[in-house]
Amino acid sequence: MKIAVTAAGPDLSSTVDQRFGRGRYLLIVDTPERTVQAVDNQAGMNAAQGAGIQAAQSVIDSGATVLITGHCGPKAFRALKAAGIDVYLTSGGRVDEVLTQFEEGKLELAPAADVDGHW
Amino acid sequence: MKIAIASGKGGTGKTTLSVNLATALAHEGSVGLLDCDVEEPNCHLYLKPPFDATEPVGTLIPVIDEDACTGCGLCARACEFHALLALPGPPLLLPELCHACGVCAYVCPEEAITENERQIGVVGSGLVNGIYFRWGRLNIGEARSTPVIQAVKDLDTAPPLDTVIIDAPPGVACPAVETMRGADFAVLVTEPTPFGLHDLVPAVQTARQMSIPCGVVVNRADIGDDRVDEYCAAEDVPVLLRIPDDRRIAEACSRGEIFAANDPSFASMLQTFASDLRARIHQRVTL
Repeated sequence: MKIAVTAAGPDLSSTVDQRFGRGRYLLIVDTPERTVQAVDNQAGMNAAQGAGIQAAQSVIDSGATVLITGHCGPKAFRALKAAGIDVYLTSGGRVDEVLTQFEEGKLELAPAADVDGHW
Repeated sequence: MKIAIASGKGGTGKTTLSVNLATALAHEGSVGLLDCDVEEPNCHLYLKPPFDATEPVGTLIPVIDEDACTGCGLCARACEFHALLALPGPPLLLPELCHACGVCAYVCPEEAITENERQIGVVGSGLVNGIYFRWGRLNIGEARSTPVIQAVKDLDTAPPLDTVIIDAPPGVACPAVETMRGADFAVLVTEPTPFGLHDLVPAVQTARQMSIPCGVVVNRADIGDDRVDEYCAAEDVPVLLRIPDDRRIAEACSRGEIFAANDPSFASMLQTFASDLRARIHQRVTL
């Protein structure tokens, strides 16, 4: 299964980026092997608007079925939900540690967006 | 003549100048006042028109025929504004991001997309105190105000007007640019403070990029410092008018009154200002 995680750097030792649309990287992690494909999100970081939608499109295109990030706004959440992607929120940590928390069932499924747009 | 009253900074006195100028000119000939700050209109608070803004203004929005859609995602990839999201199956539309450009319908190989009108605001117009007044209001939650601004600027149903005063929204983004488009002159209202100067600079640059002649009105001219004047001198931008930091003007404003309606010397100063503008526009046209 593929899990998308927003990250400050391109590998599993990076910390989770709290931002979704404007996160630095999007890591697509194939589990349980944990092979990583890093998507540079420079374009989303600098987008005037629609960064969350663009990032959601990247997640959808990657084939991931789960997203782990810090916060998720209403438009991105609506987009991810329409694509059937489950969103899990974390308060932070290294990507590999957060993935372990997810596998152990310690992350909570987000029922809705947790922040307003442009937070 | 069409005069856009603009400013980089909010709260410098655009509306105060607009309503006072319109009032001062109302006796001279036919004058129009357009409130293009459709996200936060406020000229009506001073003019107190007996009519509301009720005519609907719409924009186009794609409608996807889900039976004809093959889910190819071309529309979503073509959308510059990320208003469409490619999903397995028909795309997801995020209407608040749509700019009504129509590219989605253009690229759809199945011709599964048509465009429908959707209301995003209202406009209204009529005569009040001898002024032809037109204003609009963007619906709450809408991201794009330019169609409503265009509707406010539409003078097809207006009487012939010698002078049109256009109260612009603050800033230099799309709404301000849309408002200034087609103006004969941009009056940039500022205050002589570091903030005023900071936001005046991009306003001057915007007017120049649009090839609209511009000049500065310094409001509350007795406060602050000389840096606005130094900038204007260095950049060859004329300072057209200095409105004094007069408590009586502020008091009239705070009561929703138009100072020029009750103060002939202030009205006369604004009439001279308007003549100066007319001369500058005429000079430019004949050059």
